[in-house]
Amino acid sequence: MGSVTATVAPPTDSNVTRWFRTFGAIVGSGFRRHATYRQAAVAGVVTNSVFGFLRYYIFVAAAGAAGRVAGYDRAQLATFVWVGQGLLAVVAIWGWTELADRIRTGEIAADLLRPIHPVTSYFATDLGRAGFASLSRLLPPVLIGLLFFDVYLPRRWATLPLFAFSVLLAVVVCFGCRYLVNATAYWLQDVRGPLILWTLCSGVLAGLYFPLGFLPGWLEAGLRYGTPFPSLLQIPLDVLVERDPAAVQFGLVGVQLGWAVALLALCRLVQRRAERRMVVQGG
Amino acid sequence: MAEPGTLTDPGRSAVASGPVWPSGADRRPPGLAAYRALLGAQARSQAAYRASFVVDLVGNVGATVFDVVTVLVLFGVTRELGGFTLRETLVIVGLSSFAFATADLLVGNIERLPRYVRTGLFDAVLVRPLAALPQLLLMDLPLRKVSRAVFGLAVLVVALASAGIQWTPGRVALAVVAPLAAVVFFGSVFVTTATVSFYWIDSGELANSVTYGGRDFTSYPVTVYGSWFRALFAYGMGFAFVSYHPALALLGRADPLGLPGWVGWAAPGVAVVAAAIATLAWRVGIRHYRSTGS
Repeated sequence: MGSVTATVAPPTDSNVTRWFRTFGAIVGSGFRRHATYRQAAVAGVVTNSVFGFLRYYIFVAAAGAAGRVAGYDRAQLATFVWVGQGLLAVVAIWGWTELADRIRTGEIAADLLRPIHPVTSYFATDLGRAGFASLSRLLPPVLIGLLFFDVYLPRRWATLPLFAFSVLLAVVVCFGCRYLVNATAYWLQDVRGPLILWTLCSGVLAGLYFPLGFLPGWLEAGLRYGTPFPSLLQIPLDVLVERDPAAVQFGLVGVQLGWAVALLALCRLVQRRAERRMVVQGG
Repeated sequence: MAEPGTLTDPGRSAVASGPVWPSGADRRPPGLAAYRALLGAQARSQAAYRASFVVDLVGNVGATVFDVVTVLVLFGVTRELGGFTLRETLVIVGLSSFAFATADLLVGNIERLPRYVRTGLFDAVLVRPLAALPQLLLMDLPLRKVSRAVFGLAVLVVALASAGIQWTPGRVALAVVAPLAAVVFFGSVFVTTATVSFYWIDSGELANSVTYGGRDFTSYPVTVYGSWFRALFAYGMGFAFVSYHPALALLGRADPLGLPGWVGWAAPGVAVVAAAIATLAWRVGIRHYRSTGS
């Protein structure tokens, strides 16, 4: 990563290369930062697994003797639950208040002085975090699911790459939502209200507590197109268990892509508006 | 503040043996006035920011509401869950959510113990001339969670009223005692799991698997779970006595798994055992505690 100071000669490579190098360096540091909390990762995996068992048994009970509910059979429910428990940590729905804390304390001023846009730098850090989580938090529940249950394995060749892309988009969408929730601190100082609202809605509307297919069709469709929540978990999982035909799979990822682009753009817009009116407290 | 009862640490195990208290000036038992002062200060400080407090009250009830909504949604796609109808399941849900929410209000704050240990605040707690556990609970009693407990109680009352229970004096007594026993049980679980952080500081989420996991487990009939998982949670850890067996006894249903009917009446006994284990775990843990040295 290059730096521009009085003593270092200005770099000769192109701006784009440098931008990518900076971005990559921040992603790497995000990965390393989270890789230091290994005990917490183990504890998290145990917790996700307990909830995996709970949710699997409850959903299968809802499927009843027929073994099918809302377009999922037992194997698909197993995949849905166990990959979902892993994805939960990859997209990291809960617990991120770093930006809000920095805004409240005024430390955000240091971020604004950096030669990289705050949305970009926080996004890069979050990608690094998600990268570590997909190794430490996604793989173990998936393995447990494979060991203990008869899980559904994708049958179409396009599903796995599409799922990987869908997970990446879910990370982007989730980051965008969390950034916006945190950014309300520019106006409110205390983000508890927006944060509680986000915590409540994201869990239930993302498809964590129950697959959204359990809801009436019009409500599911409304949530999918009208809110970003299903893009966090439900859509990647539906893509993976091949609940819909191939064309619909691509369509679902298209919906995610739309939300990802819109949310990142909104983050930048909100950041710009906030910087115009911001007064850093505490001098 | 409800009496923490058997969960109270007698203070002997803490550094603060033989509290030094202004003698003569106050004839009340040492500590009580201090606890009341702690609670009063908490109540005032939390209510000071009214808008935030209202947001917190509403937000907290939301979590419990969604637990109940989840059950309703599941019954939207099925008529029976593990052989139980919606009305029967709601009795189980009511017992579970009332007990969990109330225990969470009174004792749930102990889940901050890992942070207190890590930051060294726990040292400050130990050198004060008061028992450690009540101090920790009162230092940050989350009054916002009152809304959740009230909602849980409402669910329980509605469920009991609509389940078509044939009331006998015994069942009325059980309907009163079982939720209280379940509160004690969940409180004991909170304390026991929190003591893990005396040995393993980064254990925060691990405790969740038993506390919040227990809440979810007790929200459904245990018949839905697979055999060894059920054996572990329901009988190994005793969660079946929070809601499932008391609900069977109240509804007058035989246990599909074959346990005799009187098991539902054993809930208070199980709660007492759980409280004893929690007390023991707390005392052993606090003796083991070594400051992080920060």
